[in-house]
Amino acid sequence: MTKILVVDDSISMRQMVVFTLEGAGYEVAEAADGVLALDWAKENSCDLVLTDVNMPNMDGIVLTRELRQLESYKYTPILTLTTESSTEKKMSGRDAGASGWIVKPFSPEKLLNTLNKVLG
Amino acid sequence: MSIDMEQFRQTYLEESFEGLEIMESGLLELTPGAADSESINTIFRAAHSIKGGGATFGFTDVTEFTHVIETLLDQMRSEQRDVTEHIVDLLLSSVDCLHEIFDDLNSDKELNRERINDLQQQLKAALDGESSEPAAAGNIVEAASAADSSEAGGWKISFLPHSGMLQRGNEPLRIFRELAELGELEIAISRDSIPTLSKSSASDCYLGWDLTLDGEVEESDILEVFEWVELDCDLTITPIQSSVAVNSPTVTPDSSTTSPAAAPKVVARKESGAKGKKQSVKQNSSIRVSIDKVDNLVDQIGELVITQSMLSEVGENFGIEMIDRMREGLVQLERNTRELQESVMQVRMLPISFSFNRFPRVVHDLSSALGKKIELVIQGEGTELDKTVLEKIGDPLTHLVRNSIDHGVELPADRVAAGKSETGIVSLNAYHQGGSIVIEVSDDGAGIDHNKIWEKALERGVVEEGEDLSEEDIYDLLFHPGFSTAEKVTDVSGRGVGMDVVRRNVRSLGGNVEISSKLGEGSVFTVRLPLTLAILDGQLLKVGSEVFIIPLVSIIESTQIDMEKVKSIAHQEELYKLRDEYLPIVRLHESLDISDAEHNMDSALLVVVEASGKRAALMVDDLLGQQQVVIKSLETNFIKMLALSGATILGDGTVSLILDVAELIQGKVGGSSKAKSSMKLNNRASSSAGAEVSA
Repeated sequence: MTKILVVDDSISMRQMVVFTLEGAGYEVAEAADGVLALDWAKENSCDLVLTDVNMPNMDGIVLTRELRQLESYKYTPILTLTTESSTEKKMSGRDAGASGWIVKPFSPEKLLNTLNKVLG
Repeated sequence: MSIDMEQFRQTYLEESFEGLEIMESGLLELTPGAADSESINTIFRAAHSIKGGGATFGFTDVTEFTHVIETLLDQMRSEQRDVTEHIVDLLLSSVDCLHEIFDDLNSDKELNRERINDLQQQLKAALDGESSEPAAAGNIVEAASAADSSEAGGWKISFLPHSGMLQRGNEPLRIFRELAELGELEIAISRDSIPTLSKSSASDCYLGWDLTLDGEVEESDILEVFEWVELDCDLTITPIQSSVAVNSPTVTPDSSTTSPAAAPKVVARKESGAKGKKQSVKQNSSIRVSIDKVDNLVDQIGELVITQSMLSEVGENFGIEMIDRMREGLVQLERNTRELQESVMQVRMLPISFSFNRFPRVVHDLSSALGKKIELVIQGEGTELDKTVLEKIGDPLTHLVRNSIDHGVELPADRVAAGKSETGIVSLNAYHQGGSIVIEVSDDGAGIDHNKIWEKALERGVVEEGEDLSEEDIYDLLFHPGFSTAEKVTDVSGRGVGMDVVRRNVRSLGGNVEISSKLGEGSVFTVRLPLTLAILDGQLLKVGSEVFIIPLVSIIESTQIDMEKVKSIAHQEELYKLRDEYLPIVRLHESLDISDAEHNMDSALLVVVEASGKRAALMVDDLLGQQQVVIKSLETNFIKMLALSGATILGDGTVSLILDVAELIQGKVGGSSKAKSSMKLNNRASSSAGAEVSA
């Protein structure tokens, strides 16, 4: 089963994303911030990472950079969930090694569409 | 797949209320002029989450409003903007406004647009006024230009990935798949940049592609496919044949500042917002419970199940030899039940910090409005109390704190003149004491001047010239409806809400307020509350054939009557001399009109009780057991009965009434003129609220 790691400090956002993904048949792992996500990633692998950018303890940008250092996450698609549609914000994720971004607000449908494309 | 967003809205709202608290306390910690980037960051993050969720869950108003706040914070965070007092105040008002918005959303009310717009204008003005940075909304406008480009017959795309593209997890195949969905795609490989084998690395991509996309495809759609890899490749998109002149047939992505996809998204956001507003948000209050408490409950249920199976085993093979095991089981059952009850009550308990958290703000606003310097000291914020009590105690506490700031702490100059430090201290302290929780609101201000109260009381006709009142009685006058010692009505007080309301609210929770004060040194307001409203430790007592319950906490002692110690005054009042104290005797059978009760003092008992600092001796026929009782409200089904605070169901199924000790004492304490006057006040204060208990 395709496994997705969802990282977001907002419970409601995480709930929505996880609910959507599980409903679509993905296996989901959740983490509330970058530190927890990284801890998880060191022990587990997954097919895609969806991470919020603004989070306490470790933000999504740093998380992405750290994940790319891990052997098993070298080529894993990492998507940032960002409220900013400004280029600068998206690029900071890209510079850290993120594959792409999904701009908030997104509907569950849009999220699934994007994931379908990335995961094939 | 369609997903109902409704189910996440409640979580979002709760989360947002927490976010607002974080923002508020963060803002209060900011010192104008000195930007502490970490606390600004925390505030920013909270605002950001509120905004993001607002958009996702269809609260457009929230998103728009928070966007401006966020931009301001972002500028402060990146030090493009100084932290000024004006901005902090503005942001604090915005937090208030958001709080209102969420309250209204939660209860499905119409939003106060006027206030929202007004604040939004102020925020925008602040944003435009001082910042040299352009507003962050620019990208939306730009995006439109890309949309009206060619609808040519097809596109030639030259796509040369940089070697690092794969390392960002982007797969060329995905891009081709997406393009193939737009139109008919022809793929040709270009091998121009393949290095020699010795120079190549296995993890890099050296291939390039020349793509031909046929069909009526918008350029913006193509760009969207390449959105994530724009910078990781050389991309040239040329229309195959153009019937119309096109603005910019070749787009080099590096120069484009924005994503063309932004425009349709903005529209979509507005639509979803309008739809979301119509849907109602269910109003159900909920509590967050720590997982430890829940685990505890699960453990205890486990034990209960064991006890139950043991008892049922005993029941199935019952014989007289089993009696010991059955007793053992019952003892265990009793313990399980008690522990379970305690744990369930724990679930309703929340730390008082929920209520205390608002005070830094209150103190900040009020002290600056009054030109006073005040430091707030909070202690015991981890003390837990029942959720219902917690919700209702907020307003009385706020009033007490405002009162301390307004009437208690003096102006800086006066303080210095009195030999005190310029900054006054208002402190909040909460702790458990026996079965109650005690909350103290104290200040190191001027203290309460007896004479002033006395004069005021005379002026208002509350007391008469020549009355002899004790210190306590004088303080008690403060709780008289409409009584205010403020020499001039300030913005802070003079709202028509007085200390009488505080007392009434506290009493309605089954608690009481006391004042102690020392002139020149400060005052302490002590609020005493029961830990919970739902369950009470009761003493069962018998009057005639009736069984009543009084709260165990109000009992001081009980005694057999020694007739020599009974004194009567003017054949009206009966007093009992207990050691050095004379206590009024309340004959319960008379108060409650019970005919078959013991009238003879010789064979009756006295229960000495205390409430609101006053004592009396209740005459009862007999004392029965003690037990915890679940309080059921009488008022919800009947009317408020004087001297009764509720009812409960006893083990044998009969209904027993719970006596309101405070009212019984007040109804009886009297005789001297001084006591009468204070009784008059108390009765008026308590008659409308009484002891209101919810089941």
